[in-house]
Amino acid sequence: MERYEIRLSGSGGQGLIVAGIILAEAAGIYDGKFVCQTQSYGPEARGGASKAEVVISDEAIDYPKAIKPDLLLAMNQKSCDVYFFDLKPTGLLIVDSTHVKQLPTTRAVEIPFTQIAREKLGNEMVANTVALGTLAAITGVVSLKSLEAAVLARVPSGTEELNRKALEAGIEAAKGYQQEKENRGSHAPSID
Amino acid sequence: MAEFTKLIHKYLRHDKKFPHVWCPGCGNGIFLGALIRAIDRTGFEKDQIVIVSGIGCSGRISVYVDFNTLHTTHGRALTFATGIKLANPKLQVIVIMGDGDATAIGGNHFIHAARRNLNITAIVVNNSIYGMTGGQYSPTTPYGATATTALYGNIEHAFSIAELAAMAGASMVARGTVYHANLLDELIEKAIVKRGFAVVEVISHCHTQYGRRNRMGGAVDMLRWQKESAVKIDKAQTMTAEELTGKFTIGVLEDRDLPVYTHEYNKIRDAAKAMLAKAG
Amino acid sequence: MITAKSRGRQLLLQGNEAIVEGALAAGCRFFAGYPITPATEISEVMSYRLPAAGGTFIQMEDEIASLGAVIGASLAGTKAMTATSGPGFSLMQENLGFACVAEVPCVIVDVMRGGPSTGLPTNVSQGDVMQARWGTHGDHPIIVMAVSTTQDCFDITVKAFNFSEKYRTPVIILSDEVVAHTREKIFLPHPGEIEVLDRIRPNTPPEWYIPYEDNPRGVPPMGIFGDGYRYHVTGLLHDVRGFPTQRPDEIIPFMSRLFRKVNQHFYDIQVVEEESTEDAEVIVIAYGSVSRSARRAIREARKRGTKAGLVQLMTLWPFPRQILEPLLRRVRAVLVPELNMGQVSREVKRINQGATRIETLNRIDGNLITPNEILVRLVKL
Repeated sequence: MERYEIRLSGSGGQGLIVAGIILAEAAGIYDGKFVCQTQSYGPEARGGASKAEVVISDEAIDYPKAIKPDLLLAMNQKSCDVYFFDLKPTGLLIVDSTHVKQLPTTRAVEIPFTQIAREKLGNEMVANTVALGTLAAITGVVSLKSLEAAVLARVPSGTEELNRKALEAGIEAAKGYQQEKENRGSHAPSID
Repeated sequence: MAEFTKLIHKYLRHDKKFPHVWCPGCGNGIFLGALIRAIDRTGFEKDQIVIVSGIGCSGRISVYVDFNTLHTTHGRALTFATGIKLANPKLQVIVIMGDGDATAIGGNHFIHAARRNLNITAIVVNNSIYGMTGGQYSPTTPYGATATTALYGNIEHAFSIAELAAMAGASMVARGTVYHANLLDELIEKAIVKRGFAVVEVISHCHTQYGRRNRMGGAVDMLRWQKESAVKIDKAQTMTAEELTGKFTIGVLEDRDLPVYTHEYNKIRDAAKAMLAKAG
Repeated sequence: MITAKSRGRQLLLQGNEAIVEGALAAGCRFFAGYPITPATEISEVMSYRLPAAGGTFIQMEDEIASLGAVIGASLAGTKAMTATSGPGFSLMQENLGFACVAEVPCVIVDVMRGGPSTGLPTNVSQGDVMQARWGTHGDHPIIVMAVSTTQDCFDITVKAFNFSEKYRTPVIILSDEVVAHTREKIFLPHPGEIEVLDRIRPNTPPEWYIPYEDNPRGVPPMGIFGDGYRYHVTGLLHDVRGFPTQRPDEIIPFMSRLFRKVNQHFYDIQVVEEESTEDAEVIVIAYGSVSRSARRAIREARKRGTKAGLVQLMTLWPFPRQILEPLLRRVRAVLVPELNMGQVSREVKRINQGATRIETLNRIDGNLITPNEILVRLVKL
């Protein structure tokens, strides 16, 4: 695989940086690829805009940040507005439709990660894990096995089961989304 | 051979070309004598002792004595000493500073070293002036005194070094003078063997830069002033505040047993090793 | 897929964390520091790792004290390090000079952020290149290395400790905010795979020991406080016995030895990495995080038919002129991109002596120079 760039964005506290680290570990340590993970870094501890980037490649990575992301995950409206136009023309936008109501493109993948986390799993905190599941299922950029291993190694002890379920919910949501699009005959990206 | 001559032969460096840098009559010579007598009484080997000094007249002591010696930057002696003691706690670290060295440029290091309570001996030779640079006022220059940078009189108020050290958390604090030389031997010896941060403030004199400018006379007159102004701590407790005006106390002012840093740090090492073993 | 070095452990680490791993692998057992963005992770990880390794971590009252404690620990025989950023590095300059003149091995990490003063605490910069070279007063030689990847952070930290022990001198590692906080996969070699050097200690009888006596290497054996070689260490210029001197006949040999011990070993100390320079018509000279942008830019330029090459400087000081001079005579033009107003480019111009055209690309807004910015300039050179 040539250089593949992912940007995870949203607001501080949505767990995007830890999601970035998990993704990097899944691709880098478990899948054995080269990875670079960077993040927004500022004086704010909570709130404000948050951004994590992961670059995955089969070769050593030179420039560590995303140049033109192949994939943008936007967990709130503001980050969707700000970062969408950085996306590659062929790039993929995945949004948390719980928070993102106004889409800049008709080709976005809309899944209510926060709502799924809250309603199906009883904990909004795992919305990031749900999103990771969807992201991996749709793009195949990391193997689901590696992602699960990376998630379980990183999350606080006692929350493994919750996060495993969150991952599954994300994968399910991706499949459901795919199915729905196929039924409607649209050109949504496919899982293979 | 006189007893003290033997000590001179044993503890002073003979490959260093004397004479020393101090003026005739300087208190540093008496202090140097007290220091080597005290060290001799403690029975430590020369290889075990590290003398760390700062900058100024007192800072030059390190070059004359035959121990592991370190002459540091201005005010920083205690920081170097902290590293030495932590790297090798078996070494007996004695830090020698002046009043400007310890309480102006090194004031922050001084209070933090006291607070940390490493097993270090800190000696502050207080002559109330920056002697080596030519008589500028220091944090211990009395209010109203004149100095080359206070020609119209000093309008700052002096630190009391011993009390400062006690408040900052030192395990032992003592004050002596170069006039009371026998007492000084005892205080330094006590401070060296004390476990924890031990401070000795040594009231000394600089007749060249301070005495001359403040009409206090020569070295002998200033020693006489020390004799008359110093009150032993037990005697001071029987005196009224009025009687103590213009005087200062000498003796052991504070002596308490507090947790020693290196001791505490060993507990951290054990905890860290246990945690690592548990994590596999 | 990754086989070259895969005998070691693979980890996803930030640059700051990798510096700690490198230091521990090199035998560092003492760290003193003061919290500062963006270097703080080094302190945090050290405080956690050192006690378990039997070492000591201490948080001092400021950066002056931190380097003082590091020098003290080194004199007592422990490999020691501190880490800071620009403002703290300014405070360390006083004791840095002491370590140079008293020839005390130690490693100082400066994770550069935007300056001057408090500047841009959370943004990247390369503004401390000249501070690392000339920050402490007086003439002195110094070794300064720059890191660009997490793997570098490990490898170069080991190298920095080795240089400091081998040449009895402080070694400065210049990192920057991007390198410090980028997480990358790195390979931690097994302990036996790393070359670790230790200072040469005296083996003469103590009474014969002359602590600062010259020898062909220019690096005298170093006595350790407490091991029987009682000697005097001072920041004053000193004679061969370590005693203060003002005699020109003692000062001249001392100062010339101090310079010679670093300068005569330039072939060992000056480390650079070249890519596609053999047939290059234009080259980029870069270091730190910017060299990563430059690497991408020259590859893109080659795709577009520009014969571009990269010289990445791992050693900034002593400036690798012996390596660069022949290159400068060979190429049509040179571009020096850096996150300052031109600190290394000034040095390149100095050694160039008109041999080729030197262009600069400077950015001081707290953001990394992008590959495209370099590419645009490169194809026009």
